[in-house]
Amino acid sequence: MKLEEFQAKRLFREFGIPAPDGVMAATAQEAVAAAGDVGLPVVVKAQVKTGGRGKAGGVKLARTGEEVLKAADSILGMDIKGFTVERLLIDPAVPIAEEYYVGITVDRKRKIPVMMASASGGMDIEKVASETPELIFFQPIHPERGLRLFEAKRLAFRLFEDKRKVMAAASIMVKLWKCFDGLDATLAEINPLAQLEDGSIIALDAKIVLDDNALFRHPGMEELRLPTPAEKKELGAKSHGLSYVQLEGEIGCMVNGAGLAMATMDVIKHLGGTPANFLDIGGSSSPEKVVHAMQLLVSDSNVKAIFINVFGGITRCDDVARGLVQALDEIDLDMPMVVRLTGTNEEEGIAILSDHGINAMKDMTRGAEEAIRLAREGGASE
Amino acid sequence: MSILIDGDTRVMVQGLGRDGSFHAGQMKEYGTNVVAGVHPGKGGTEFRGIPVFNTAQDAVDETGAQCSVLFVPAPYAADAILESANAGAELVVAVTEGIPVLDMSRVIAELDELGVKLVGPNCPGLISPGKSKVGIMPGNIFRKGPVGVISRSGTLTYEVVNQLSAAGYGQSTAIGMGGDPIVGMKYNDYLELFEKDPETGLIVVVGEIGGSDEQDAAAFAAEHVTKPLVGYIVGRSAPPGKRMGHAGAIISGAESTAEAKVEFLRKSGIPVADTVERIVELAAEGLGG
Repeated sequence: MKLEEFQAKRLFREFGIPAPDGVMAATAQEAVAAAGDVGLPVVVKAQVKTGGRGKAGGVKLARTGEEVLKAADSILGMDIKGFTVERLLIDPAVPIAEEYYVGITVDRKRKIPVMMASASGGMDIEKVASETPELIFFQPIHPERGLRLFEAKRLAFRLFEDKRKVMAAASIMVKLWKCFDGLDATLAEINPLAQLEDGSIIALDAKIVLDDNALFRHPGMEELRLPTPAEKKELGAKSHGLSYVQLEGEIGCMVNGAGLAMATMDVIKHLGGTPANFLDIGGSSSPEKVVHAMQLLVSDSNVKAIFINVFGGITRCDDVARGLVQALDEIDLDMPMVVRLTGTNEEEGIAILSDHGINAMKDMTRGAEEAIRLAREGGASE
Repeated sequence: MSILIDGDTRVMVQGLGRDGSFHAGQMKEYGTNVVAGVHPGKGGTEFRGIPVFNTAQDAVDETGAQCSVLFVPAPYAADAILESANAGAELVVAVTEGIPVLDMSRVIAELDELGVKLVGPNCPGLISPGKSKVGIMPGNIFRKGPVGVISRSGTLTYEVVNQLSAAGYGQSTAIGMGGDPIVGMKYNDYLELFEKDPETGLIVVVGEIGGSDEQDAAAFAAEHVTKPLVGYIVGRSAPPGKRMGHAGAIISGAESTAEAKVEFLRKSGIPVADTVERIVELAAEGLGG
């Protein structure tokens, strides 16, 4: 679960990391009032869960009330990488001398958390990593022992010379680890970590991604979820045990298993079609689940044909077939559907479907071909 | 031969809830040497002729169990892995999905100290056809043969195996290593074992978006594996930043895309299949058949 900047900054401050204490605004008028509370000049910042806000014009400096109004007006409603800006953070503007980067993520290769630090702050760290990897310094973190002060100091000395600044940065690094560990995060990032003209060091931006699998330990965090419309649909699916991601294609896919679901999308693409979504209905396939899955697919107006791809392993094909028959009783399906059913009890499953006038295929590639053909025919006859 | 498990491997099943008891029965039926069940509060009972113990330590002490397969719910799974590892199990197979990443990081640090191997979590387990099945795979699709299979997925592994079996290419051992960002053994660890296994003639590496394990596998194979490999990577249609079902299947950085992985494997001289059917053709070529 990705948090927004204002939420992450609040959590940073709770862990003792210095970060500007701005005010939120949902309208231009609120932004002006917030700037009054915070004190001019301010930075007007779009609150969206994606990077590249600055480049997109979603972060603006405002010196007067009029400038705040203008900035807020232009940023609210703006689309940044598919995210619509609905909220602004009005932060006090501070005189920046230098910008650094500090972040903690999980190193999948070493299977431990790792802290990264760089003097190339304020930039896309991915870009720094690929173009000038020598400018990023790493400190592996033992998951049980945590980040020790001497390790943080060693890293901070890579960024600063002045001992006072080293100690201030190292202290922030240790607190960032405590925040990462305490919240069960998978990412905690300060970019930029700014050294101000007065020599103080503060977090000017904040990014936290929480581990969805650990939310059971942090029940309060669920309230911080501010889902976008697309995320709402995904969360709705999740509450029915479905894993769903909407894309922009024409073939609605329903598959059991994440790997097979990706393979299904790929084979559609490979054959010249376009998958409308990722949808994993998981291991067990109760009729209710299949009904919800069908509803999801037909709610997407781009979908021109449905491809159901089930490999019966522990899931039995006859169970899936029964669920599908029930789903079709409840849903008025007005588009072509192709079913591919193979594996455990496939003969029974195929027989059940054929009793209800549904032709099931045994081969995934043939099934995908058929779905693409039917989607094109359907599109042509409109 | 085969890797990690065979007919002699003494297996205990941790967590005899709905799924655990169902699969304990399935494993026994397949021929797996299931010697014990572990379920707090059910010690002293029997399940389908399998003695049940309250703790993993009791199970290991009484039955000499060497391998534990885990069906414990996610909030308790990390502790259960450590329980069986500290009780003396040499191999732990964690089927459980949804274990927090930092829990797994801590568990693996301790397992490394203890020298205990881990398959998973969030995995279907592993099977050496005709000998032993430790996990939840449908045993009927597997055939004994020369192909080693390593995958990050469940049903996709079945799809691949089903087509291999249908074409007459059986498997020495097939492993689902797990779909989480942090898992125990990875491609490299399995490749090393397959390389030493005389029964394995070719290894199929089924990968997906997220991380760079597939590249690591290719680099490792170039140095240490003489047997032919076949690659297959899914997730070419996945949008960046979105988790595709598996916690670990998320594009975050250039090397984690399907395209980057396919390219790296091909550059390393590993043929990569675009479809499952193509895996079978490439396997046939690799085995010289």
